[in-house]
Amino acid sequence: MALLPPKNRLWWNEPLHRMEAIWISIAFVWGLLMFFVMIWWHINGNQNMSNESYRIQPDVFADRTEAFIQAYQVGADDFGTPIVRPPAGSDVYLAARLWDFYPILELVEGETYRVRISSLDWQHGFSLQPTNINLQIHPGIEMVITLTPNETGAFGIVCNEFCGIGHHLMVGRINVIDRETAALAAATSVAGEQ
Amino acid sequence: MATIAIPGQIGEAAEERFRTCPDTGLHVHAKAETLIRVNLITAVTFLGIGGLLGLLVALTRWQAVHLLPAEMFYMVLTAHGAAVLLFWIMFFEVALFYFTSAVVLRSRLATPNIAWLAYALMLIGALTATVAVLQGRSSVMFTSYVPLQAEPHFYIGLILFAVGMLITCFIFLGTLVIAKDEGTYEGSVPLATFGGLTGVIIMIFTLASGAIILIPTLLWSVGIIGHIDPLTYKLVWWGMGHSSQQVNVTMHVVVWYTIAALLLGARPLSEKVSRSAFLLYILFLQLASAHHLLVEPGISSTWKIFNTSYAMYLAVLGSMIHGMSVPGAIEAAQRRLGHTKGIFGWLREAPWGNPAFAALMLSLVMFGFLGGISGVILGTEQINILMHNTLYVPGHFHATVVSGTTLAFMGVTYLLIPIFFRRDIVFPKIAQWQPYVFAIGTAGIALFMMGAGTLGVSRRHWDITFTDALITFDYPATAFFMLGLNGLSAIIATVGGAMYVIVVVASIVWGKRRTEEDAKTNPIAPGAAVLAQYGGEDTFKLPGTIVLVSVFFIAFALYYFINWRFLAGIWPMS
Ligand code: HEM
Ligand SMILES: [Cu+2]
Ligand SMILES: [Cu+2]
Repeated sequence: MALLPPKNRLWWNEPLHRMEAIWISIAFVWGLLMFFVMIWWHINGNQNMSNESYRIQPDVFADRTEAFIQAYQVGADDFGTPIVRPPAGSDVYLAARLWDFYPILELVEGETYRVRISSLDWQHGFSLQPTNINLQIHPGIEMVITLTPNETGAFGIVCNEFCGIGHHLMVGRINVIDRETAALAAATSVAGEQ
Repeated sequence: MATIAIPGQIGEAAEERFRTCPDTGLHVHAKAETLIRVNLITAVTFLGIGGLLGLLVALTRWQAVHLLPAEMFYMVLTAHGAAVLLFWIMFFEVALFYFTSAVVLRSRLATPNIAWLAYALMLIGALTATVAVLQGRSSVMFTSYVPLQAEPHFYIGLILFAVGMLITCFIFLGTLVIAKDEGTYEGSVPLATFGGLTGVIIMIFTLASGAIILIPTLLWSVGIIGHIDPLTYKLVWWGMGHSSQQVNVTMHVVVWYTIAALLLGARPLSEKVSRSAFLLYILFLQLASAHHLLVEPGISSTWKIFNTSYAMYLAVLGSMIHGMSVPGAIEAAQRRLGHTKGIFGWLREAPWGNPAFAALMLSLVMFGFLGGISGVILGTEQINILMHNTLYVPGHFHATVVSGTTLAFMGVTYLLIPIFFRRDIVFPKIAQWQPYVFAIGTAGIALFMMGAGTLGVSRRHWDITFTDALITFDYPATAFFMLGLNGLSAIIATVGGAMYVIVVVASIVWGKRRTEEDAKTNPIAPGAAVLAQYGGEDTFKLPGTIVLVSVFFIAFALYYFINWRFLAGIWPMS
């Protein structure tokens, strides 16, 4: 080989071979396609990132979460974490902090909620299981996602952003009930108040 | 060992000592050689330590074993990431930078003394950061997202390390200038050097981003700066974090071409195509950090989609080009050497018993099929919702940076030891099996972590049974099964890694010294002449490569659309 000096000394002057041209074209078109699929899904798909978010002071967010709990609390779990059942379509608050999610939410299957999520201290992760929705939570930014539970059950919110030594203790809950259960519960609580 | 001085040159160059390598014919600058040796040894040491830490992590995540206590787990995980991703890979890259500049160009290395300074800074930096982590108050993971705070000397260590690397980059560039001035080569630089240059340019960009973010973070950790915005931190940090992965890809592609050239005399199919692919890496990198921010609040989808696609798909295009041209070059070389039977005769008759070749092929296949495909899926804006911060992420990057980069670097070590240490590889049987054992183990780690991630299991998590948590949640039994299989694979990978470290250390210490005679009777690099030359293959009759890339493409497309199906099943959200 050392006997054969290359024909072209300047690499950019070399010809492009057909096989290479074909492969490069396929790869390029595939890249374009993948680009357009993301846009297409934004228009036609049902699972998209929210584009609504606000800068917010953590203490302001904490206050609003407290007010939200005051308004719609229906109970508490064994450790005193409030359980909140907001009306369908309403704004729902979920605060992440070292090391829990606050409060426990009770949502109704098939209803849509505007869930406002923020952190009161460090970064946390919102990993809703088992449906498998994974989002990032920042302090100082309130993310508003429109969420429509499509199945009933008890869902865990696992913190999946490392947030210090208690990271693996940080789990929250969303309970999803069906419409009938919700109607029944509403009736009994009204009865209870009377 | 023939040591000769080059007569008739002026100034410093006249006193430089060179030898002509009997195995490769390369003209090796003595000072460059020593630096290459020392950086290699340092790299392998960090791999040995870091690999063991990886095993401890995997055994902890195997819930039935659950080896380490929580605090220790997070510390070891931080140390593991730093030791292997930063120190092992980057010290090895320093050796590759000196190899692809001074050695391949037959030139002297620019400012060897400053190269020692760079080495010292990197070593001191690496040790300082490691000590900081092991002291226990800097368990912030290698990403060190604020407001998690490490101790100041953790950041100081990383900054020193980066400064050393930056100096190395300038020595590479200086060496190119010297080689050009002193006319050690003609025409265009060889492909390996071109790739090295690509790596260096990206590395400089990487280190600049690193400086922009780590210096303020250091000041914040000592209390001079009051606040660092977490989102801004992430954006800039990934300017470093992602680009450095692009350096790794670049350098392992260089290693693929190098091994193929040394063993088989393989030339790139076409110089133009391979070089353009490297250029794509440089051009389309800037905001590749976007795909680390896909589910972040406060950034618009337009920004995410635009940056994740141009920055990623065009760099992916570069990798897909190499993915064709590397096997293509091997096929062409094999056919030239007379292995022409059928579509895959060239592959069947390839030197599978040679660990450098085996490592090259395994690295190529696993990087492409496991790492490449999963990376593109992960970087799709909406699909990222399914995977962000789950074990899918470490699954993906163990396929790229362990099965891909690490395995390729291991493979080329089997050539670098005879070339630069002038020793034979000892325990040839162990060496022969090593790439296979390591490949099986790492493929397992990658696949099972991706599997657990698909089931929603969080990364960097000590206890997915949530034993002490107030609220708990049960992951499916398959998730635990995956973590068990991951633990077993980790043991296999560790055995493979240990085989490598043992062979390297033993060869350096006890290996039989290679004589000029050995180069003839027992050649290690029959194709070496090609490495330092310019010029592509002439043949393009490559049916085997066409089949391989077609299979790859079909797998890619299928898996891509399957993930959209998965996505369509989760709760509607917008
Ligand atoms: C014996 C070989 C190895 C084993 C068994 C192993 C295993 C693991 C495991 C189980 C994790 C933890 C995943 C989690 O809980 O989030 C991990 C993380 C990681 N590994 Fe490895 N690994 C090995 C080699 C390597 C190598 C060679 C590299 C780099 C070249 C590497 C880079 C990383 C990085 C960057 C992380 C992420 C750390 C973090 O999340 O901060 N590993 N590894
Ligand atoms: Cu958390
Ligand atoms: Cu956490």
